[in-house]
Order: sequence, then structure tokens, then C-alpha cells
Amino acid sequence: MVAAMNAPSTFTGGSEAIALAVLLTEFAMLRAPLSRSQVRLYALQSLAVSGLALFVAITKHLDALYALAALSFVLKVVVVPRIVIRFLRESRVELVASHRLGVASMVLISVVAAAFGFFVVGSLPIHAKFLPTPSFGLAGAEILVAFLLVILRSDVVSQAVGFFSLENGVSVASLVIAAGLPLILEMVLLFDLLVAVVVFGVLIRVHHGRTQTLSTDPLEQLRG
Amino acid sequence: MAWSLVVLLIAPVTVSLACLWMPVRVAQALSVASGALTVAMVTILVPAPTTTALGGWLRVDALSVVFLVAVAFLYLATALFAVGYVRPAVGTRYGRRFFAGFNLFAWAMVITPVVNGLALLWVAVEVTTVVSALLVAIDDTDRAAEASWKYLLIASMGLGIALLATVVMYYAGSTVFGGSYQLFYPKLMAGATHFPAPVVRLSFVLAVLGYGTKMGLVPVHTWLPDAHSEAPTPVSALLSGALLAVSFYAILRFYQVSVRAIGPAFPRNVLLGLGVASLALAALYLASQRDLKRLLAYSSIEHMGVLAIGMSFSAPIAVVGVLLHVLAHAAAKGTAFFGAGSAVRKFGTKDLGSIRGGIGVLPWSGPMLVLAMLGLCAMPPFGIFRSEFLIVSGGLSDPKDAIGAVLVVLVTLGTLGLSWFAGQTMLGSVPEGTVRGETSRFIVASMVLGLVALAVLGVHPPAQLSNLLARAAGELR
Repeated sequence: MVAAMNAPSTFTGGSEAIALAVLLTEFAMLRAPLSRSQVRLYALQSLAVSGLALFVAITKHLDALYALAALSFVLKVVVVPRIVIRFLRESRVELVASHRLGVASMVLISVVAAAFGFFVVGSLPIHAKFLPTPSFGLAGAEILVAFLLVILRSDVVSQAVGFFSLENGVSVASLVIAAGLPLILEMVLLFDLLVAVVVFGVLIRVHHGRTQTLSTDPLEQLRG
Repeated sequence: MAWSLVVLLIAPVTVSLACLWMPVRVAQALSVASGALTVAMVTILVPAPTTTALGGWLRVDALSVVFLVAVAFLYLATALFAVGYVRPAVGTRYGRRFFAGFNLFAWAMVITPVVNGLALLWVAVEVTTVVSALLVAIDDTDRAAEASWKYLLIASMGLGIALLATVVMYYAGSTVFGGSYQLFYPKLMAGATHFPAPVVRLSFVLAVLGYGTKMGLVPVHTWLPDAHSEAPTPVSALLSGALLAVSFYAILRFYQVSVRAIGPAFPRNVLLGLGVASLALAALYLASQRDLKRLLAYSSIEHMGVLAIGMSFSAPIAVVGVLLHVLAHAAAKGTAFFGAGSAVRKFGTKDLGSIRGGIGVLPWSGPMLVLAMLGLCAMPPFGIFRSEFLIVSGGLSDPKDAIGAVLVVLVTLGTLGLSWFAGQTMLGSVPEGTVRGETSRFIVASMVLGLVALAVLGVHPPAQLSNLLARAAGELR
């Protein structure tokens, strides 16, 4: 009886599972050797984020989130991955050995960072209205691992995907603590992301055109 | 004057689109006209700054107008400079792209203080990033491509954090306004006293880190010297004089809400820490620079540090000084970059060791570059002398702000680096075979405009501008 009372509801369990899936795909992106795999993982992660928005829309009757889920799906699951994969196909670059550390070391560091993010963010006095509050901690963990993806992979596609997935982490955080953000603002934010993706794409092309590689190793003339 | 806000929203972006199709000479003329129109619209707003338009989505107050003055002035001056710098001979494709990007970049910076609310503010700052990243790469060199990639990546990651700050502030507001509301400034200010303090603290720190990346605060400044040095000089001038300022504006909007919600102590301490770090590091790096444009870039980091430290002082006069510093820095840094562009074009190098006898070779822009450098070193009678005097006076008026004394020492260190440069490059003997004469009268005109503005700000700022600064400082208390 007591155990039944303490068990999470279907909504809590489902939403936390999706938030956890977002974090796990980030780890998979970190260790994926192929740029194409990374982009597909990003699409999968974006699908989870769109699914989370749809889940909240259905269970909490937030009509605006239906539109957000649909737009997020179109842009982040379909358009952005297609743009990047088309570029990879044109550049005929597939395998990019860009791990700055061994895979095991990278994952270990990321686990520590994710745990730090989860517990620190989770300890904040924030009480989410629509989603279980631990999901906010998972979003914090995902954002930190996205930073590590940018730092620990030395190729332009990984770094761009790291930025895109950082935005997914912020989207999860937004769904947890700001699900009521007006739809018009959400749409503007997504459109802005699309513009950023196009500019990242242009600069990746410029880099590849000049160096014939996706590695960032040639980018050492300037020291900040 | 709601219509003036609509004009600001439409004019530069329309000109940007037109530049894609027009001959380069027409694009140049349109850019100058758009800069002049922007200055005119902003001038209309100075006496009565609080205005809204388009159902409240556009709104300016005294604080917004201060930053609009800086951006609009530099837009006009840089457009003039660009006419001399980007000749039609460089090619129609390059010229069209450059002026289209230039006006779009200026538009993004103009609308940043015009939009109402933290979410649209973030969108506007993100647009400034993507447009300026393309402009940094436009010269199509290895170094420009590298600088552009690093800038886009670092600034975008920073803005990701700034977006999180916006979301967290939205949550803070939702505890008062309920689940769905607009993030308009007046609404946030009205309810801020009831926002949960720990959440506001988190949001403010995230905002300072996020927007601080674009402002060039240490330790998230590393893109800045590379982008400033490798971008075409008109873009460098806008990056330094206007883009850093509008990023600071974004921080001030969070500062405003945070001070209302949790009191001034915490926001001031955060800004003090990052400001001191920026000032100290920039002062150290300034003396060792060998590249003319990187030198100016580190000077920008130093001045952003001054702004952050000034905001940490409790005396109202320091805040007035900070806002005046935004204007004076825009004028001084724009003029200095114009002079640097003239020198680089004449000598064909950015290396300080190879530039000699600038005053002898460039009869107008050479001396004006020295004057702009002296202005940046806070020498009288220029605007930065007045603004730093106000900031330091404010700091020394309260014993708790004794850091004001440290500020004086560190700024003096930074000043030494710039003065050393001025003596080295401008007063030496002219290298053999160097032809005496200016590269363009438009470059000279843009520098005269900048220096006159810098001197007016130092000697006797117009009464309406002084009133505007006082009102804006009042809005930040």
C-alpha cells in the first residue's frame, strides 16, 4: 500500500524517462565516431524533446505546446539534420577521429559533470508546475555535457552539433519551468535557431573549402 | 513618437535588402543615408525617450535611448568610413554582400534596445551574432575564417546560457504572474519585488556569463581579439563600439530587474569581480601587443571592465559616468579603428613594428589617430576623461567602493600601453618610398565626425543628452 503511494505516476515516470533519454543521447553523441551518427543522434534527441512537448500538451491540456511540438519536430528532427547530412554527403567526409581524449576518459568526465549539474541544479528552490522538478536537473546535466561535447571533440560538425544540442537542453529546461512561455516567443526562438544553423552550415563549408578537412586542428593561427 | 520606432525597425533592414541588388556606389550612398536617418530618428527620441509602438512589442525608455545614440552615431560614422574603405573596384559581388551584411548588422544592433522584453532581446542579440560572424569571414582568408568560427561558436554557446537565464527569469516571473505572460520590461519591473531571490540570483549570474561572452568580459572574452583583428575594419569598429555596448545593455536589463528583486549588493558584486578581472587582464595584454587592431581589441576589453566596475559602485554619479562611457567609447573606439584602417591600408600591414611615421604619411588621419588613442587613454579634454572621472569620483565617494583607487591604477597601466604605441608608430621617421597622402576623404570625414563627438562629450555635453543620462541612471537604481 505504502509502496503504491510512493510510486511515481505514469506522467511523472514518462516525462522523466524522456528527459533522461535526452541526456543519454548526449552521451552517445560524445562518443560517436562518425559525424553522420552524431547528426542522427541529434535528430533522435530532438525527437525526444518534441515528444516531451507533445506529452505535456496532451496531459496538461496546453494547446500552445501542440504547435511548439510540431514546429520543433519539423525544424530539429527533419530540417536541421537534413541540412547537415546533405553537407556531409557533398563533402564526402565520413570518419572524423576527433576525440581529444580516450572515449573512456571522456565519458567519465562527462558522468562527473552530469552528476554535478543534476545535483546542483536539482538543489535549487525551483518547483516546476507542469513537469516533475528532477527533469530540470536532467536538463542542467545535459547542458553541461553539451559543453563538454564542444570542448572534447575537435571537428566542426561535432562542435556545431554540440551547440544545437545545448539548445535542446535549454528547451527541456524551458518545458519544465516555463511551459507557458507564449507561443509567439517560442516560434521566434526556433526560427532564430534555424538562422544560426544556416550560418553554422555556411562557416562549416568555408572551413572545409579552405582546409579540405572537418578537423579544427588547422585552426591554430589565432590564440585569443 | 511611436512612428520613429517603426522607422528604426524598417529602414536599415530595407536598405540591407536593397544593397543586394544595387550597384556598389548606390549601396554606399544608401548606407550613409540609412545611418543619417537612424541618427535623426534617435535624436527625436532624446528629449522624450519613453515611447511604445506595435502594441507594446517595441518600447524604449531613457536607458534604451542612451544605447541607441551610441549605435546610431557609430552606424553613420562607420557607413561614411566604409564608403572610403570598400571601393567599387573590389568587385560588385563583394561590395553588395558587404553593404548588405553591414546594414543588417547595424539593424540588429538598432533593434536590440528597441524591442520590449527579455525574450526578444535575446533574439536580437543572437541575430547580431550570426550576421557579424559572416561579416568577420567575408575577406575569405584563413585567419578570418578561423576567427569567424571561433567567434560564432563561443558567442553562440554564451548565448545558449543567456537563453537559459531568460527561461529562469521567466520562471521567477511566473511565481507572480502565473503560467503564461509576456516578458515585457515594465511587467517584470512591476512584479520583481515578489520574485524568489535565489532564482533571480541564478538568472542574473547566467545572464552575466552569457551576455558577458559577447561583451568581452574575462574569462569569456577569447573570441574578441581574434574577431576584431581579422574582420574588415568597418566591422571591427561596429563590433567594438556598438556590439559590446548592446551586449552590456542586455546585462543591464537583467541588472535592473535583479536590483528591484533582490537589492543591489549581489548584482554589484558579480559585476565587480568580472570587471576587475577584465581590466587587469586587458591592461597586462595591452603592453605586449604587436598587432594594431588586436591592441584596440584589448583596449575594448579594458573599457568593458571599466563599465562593469562602474556599475558596481553605489554612488549615482558613477552610473551616469558608466552611461557616458558607453557613448564616449563608441566615438573614441570607432575613430581609432578608422585611423587604424587608414594606417593599415597605407602601410599594408597591421604589425606595429612595421608602421612608422604615421603623422608624416597620413596628414589628417595620422594625427587624428593619435588624438583618438589619447582619448582612449582617458586624456582630457575627451569624453572618456569625463566619464572615467565621474566613475572614479563615484567609487571614491563611498569607502566600501575603495576599488575605485585600484581602478585608477589599472586604467593607467592600460593607458601606458596605448601611449607607447602612439609614440612608436606615429612619431617615428617615414619609411623610404612611402607616398604621403590620405587614402580617402571619406575616411578623414568619418574620423573628424568621431573626434568632434568625443570632444563635445568631454568639454560640454548637450543639456538634453545630460538629462537623458541622468534619467537613464535613475532607471537603473
